[in-house]
Amino acid sequence: MESKILKIKDFNAYYDDAQVLKDINLSILKNNVTAIMGPSGCGKTTLIRAINRMHDFTPNARMEGEILLNNEDLYQMEPIIVRRKIGMVFQRPNPFPTMSIFDNVIAGYKLNGIKLSKEDRNNIVEDSLRKSAMWDEVKDNLHKKGSFLSGGQQQRLCIARALAMKPEILLLDEPTSALDPKATAHIEELISELKDYVTMILVTHNIAQAARISNYTVFLYLGELVEYDKTNKMMTTPKDKRTEEYLTGKFG
Amino acid sequence: MMLKKKNIKINGDTIFKYAIGSSVVVLIMLIVGIFVSLIVYSYPTIAKFGFGFISGHTWDPVTEEFGAYPFLIGTLITSFIALILSFPVSIMISILLSEYLKSGVIHNYVKSSVELLAGIPSIIYGFWGLFIFVPVVREVQMYFGITPYGIGILTASLILSVMIIPYSATIAYEVISLTPSEIKEAAYSLGATHFEVIRKVILPYSSSGIVAGVLLSLGRALGETMAVTMVIGNSHILPDTLFAPGNTMASVIANEFTEATSDVYLSALIEIGLLLMIVTAFINVVGKMIIKKFSVGMS
Repeated sequence: MESKILKIKDFNAYYDDAQVLKDINLSILKNNVTAIMGPSGCGKTTLIRAINRMHDFTPNARMEGEILLNNEDLYQMEPIIVRRKIGMVFQRPNPFPTMSIFDNVIAGYKLNGIKLSKEDRNNIVEDSLRKSAMWDEVKDNLHKKGSFLSGGQQQRLCIARALAMKPEILLLDEPTSALDPKATAHIEELISELKDYVTMILVTHNIAQAARISNYTVFLYLGELVEYDKTNKMMTTPKDKRTEEYLTGKFG
Repeated sequence: MMLKKKNIKINGDTIFKYAIGSSVVVLIMLIVGIFVSLIVYSYPTIAKFGFGFISGHTWDPVTEEFGAYPFLIGTLITSFIALILSFPVSIMISILLSEYLKSGVIHNYVKSSVELLAGIPSIIYGFWGLFIFVPVVREVQMYFGITPYGIGILTASLILSVMIIPYSATIAYEVISLTPSEIKEAAYSLGATHFEVIRKVILPYSSSGIVAGVLLSLGRALGETMAVTMVIGNSHILPDTLFAPGNTMASVIANEFTEATSDVYLSALIEIGLLLMIVTAFINVVGKMIIKKFSVGMS
């Protein structure tokens, strides 16, 4: 029996009066990649951003229900602590343009004012860049700004930056949607390898991507959780008719 | 035939090209013209005093001895004090408007008030300064046992600092608002607080724009004439304290051009004008270099 790291219970989300998530119940298993897929506007990004409380900055967003990280309600915790434990990678690579590659990786500590010894800093940077398969590419240019990096490298730098905080969960919000096929393949490979270190939740509108790299898949449609199962099971024998129609390209 | 006809026709593109080209030529000629005429008309004192005009401490129209050092110092001191006083206020206003009060009635009210500061004619600042602010300064000076001039370097700097707030504040507001939400979100997602995001992400990102705004306000402070002339005390002696009366380059010109009866006197005032132009241009060039250095390399 695999352990449940995150439990979402009776979760509802609203923007003003419009309900975008309806009674979501979901348990995420540790050290797995769980894909959340569904057509545009189904609420997948809303759901993933609820997990690290990024909606706190949207004044008209309202959340109801519970999200438990190791049985502790995220909405009762300090949002700062939540976001240190749950990292995020965004749709478009967003390294800090004013910082060097090294400082980008260590940015989480710098921003939070956490003092580290030089040795610890170096170790964290090397370890994070190795995990994101970037170390060999940038080890000679660590103190340059990341302006010469390609889009795919910038995205892997963002993954390294999130991993440096040693998060328990890494949220990936369509991390390859702004990248070319080669860079996409590289990131997908990386996600598969990272399972050993961190639990990942991946939002994607790409069915093939969900099939390639996730162990579990959630299918969201119009704010409802339609189906949640092992990826290979859902891809081959979906239980719900809507899932089947989505997978076969009837809509979405 | 058709082709030939088309070639002869003067089209909008050509006219527009010449129009923008000629406006550039006019602009350059104007600047060169002002510069050259200032040099020509100040030639008598340039020839007579040489570098001594800049380093000389004595300004005596009766004996026709002209040294502009006290005014150069007066201009630089008042401008930099004004800059130092106004900068924290400008930056805080711009952060308030772009990060804390992003919209709404108070936002609009504060923003319009700041913009209105730039619209107040300088004579009103001078007038208000002389009749309302100077008496207050005098009271303070008496309380501390300083010679109660009221008018002086510090008073002029204070008035100037208020006058230049809008220039740096509006530009800082614009650039801070332009910080991409992607990098702000990235910082939040790492657990940064709002203050940490402002300090470590937004301000570094917008630093070049903020410096640009500061330079614009410095340029404004250096050349500001009317308000300063009214409250600075118009003394030709190099001020020994911040409370002493002094003079700036602009205020000397404004005060004395009507009295400049001799050619040398007039030439001396024009040379001050030339000097002021060079100082302003120099600070602009240095500023551009600073902005370049601060600029963000990543797109």
